[in-house]
Amino acid sequence: MVASRSSNSNPARIPALVARVVLLVIASILLMVLDHRQNHLDAVRRTLGTAVYPIQIVVDAPFRLWAWMREAATNRNELQLQVSRLQAERLLTNARLQRLSALESENARLRDLLEARTHVRDEVRVAEIMAVEANPYSHSIVINVGKREGAYDGQAIVDAAGVIGQVIETGLSTSQAMLISDPSHSLPVEINRNGLRTIANGTGEFGRLVLPFITNNADIRPGDLLVTSGLGGAFPAGYPVAVIDTVNRIPQEPFADVSATPSAKLDQVREVMLIWSSKETTDE
Amino acid sequence: MSSGGGSQRLPVIVTIILSLMLMVVPLPDWAVPFRPDWVAITLIYWAMMTPRTWSVGSAWIVGLLLDVAQGTIFGQHALALCFIVFITVRFHLLMRVFPMQQLTATVFAILALYQFILFWINGVAGIDVPAVTYWGPVITGTLFWPVATGLLSGVRSWTQLGR
Repeated sequence: MVASRSSNSNPARIPALVARVVLLVIASILLMVLDHRQNHLDAVRRTLGTAVYPIQIVVDAPFRLWAWMREAATNRNELQLQVSRLQAERLLTNARLQRLSALESENARLRDLLEARTHVRDEVRVAEIMAVEANPYSHSIVINVGKREGAYDGQAIVDAAGVIGQVIETGLSTSQAMLISDPSHSLPVEINRNGLRTIANGTGEFGRLVLPFITNNADIRPGDLLVTSGLGGAFPAGYPVAVIDTVNRIPQEPFADVSATPSAKLDQVREVMLIWSSKETTDE
Repeated sequence: MSSGGGSQRLPVIVTIILSLMLMVVPLPDWAVPFRPDWVAITLIYWAMMTPRTWSVGSAWIVGLLLDVAQGTIFGQHALALCFIVFITVRFHLLMRVFPMQQLTATVFAILALYQFILFWINGVAGIDVPAVTYWGPVITGTLFWPVATGLLSGVRSWTQLGR
């Protein structure tokens, strides 16, 4: 648009520069207000996200190639070691699983007795992490499951050890998810030992969550396991979240200073699981 | 410039895409706060050298793409990039004749302004960020400026020689 008018004699003057800047600044402010206050621009973001998707794939390619090469280059000895270790692990897990299925049927029986609704097993799907955005003020990941696979905003994401985060934006075949360590993330949790309900906030550090609303006389101690309480609606109940690290009771303050370590290794995961909890799937 | 505009756009687009890629490349934890603003650096260079073709409009569009890629508030980087490119275009004749030290100092100021706009928008939006983390990209960006500008002028002279 500028090049077409370059016959202008004075090279230093760019036609209508100030006017255009003012226009674009106003447009950006409008976009930001629409996006931040009302989330009206999800469709626009999704469309642009599709344009950025190839960039993410290309950036991710060398890492995939490296992982593939490392896998291909593992020698026989190492593979055998790995196989025997996995077999031992499988044996152990199988043994645990047997106990679990017995417990599950017992649980169902007892629930029937109580005439409570049986918890339907949640449906899960494995997703791979494609990119990580982790500056101190926003922890988010991009995963390779999107609208096409049925992902939805607010969907819970876990890994083998515990809760990771939730989907905040779904693209066609990728989604962006916020980690529980994001400073703006809050998660309704309860203490597994006694059912004390509270909120766990992210801090911007991968290895630390804080519980800001624990009163000084609350029954909480280091080593307590926090699980999701299922109260916020987004997360199904009963998934492990974190283990209490320190409880620092300050007499003159209304709340104690409590921090916890997330069970999931938030900075080390490569594969995560998306959960379709039974309630959410009927809603969608 | 208008006659060769179409064919001269391609190398610029390629460098901008490369800079976008550098912004999303995963880095080790300790290095993340020090990732230079590659996109800002690239756009400052092209705005300085070819202000008629690469000006505020293209910076705005690139900023929107950066917002989507990084998941920031939609329009945040667009506004910041648009503004610093405006400053660059305003002073491009002056900046072209600056010796390298002085130019690098100017770029330091521009990058600081860029981070300040991002900081300010985060503040208005209620996103709480320790102010110290904004200085990392400014410092590394300034340190990388002589290298980046060398590479980019290499691209520029190479594509112009080939014609």
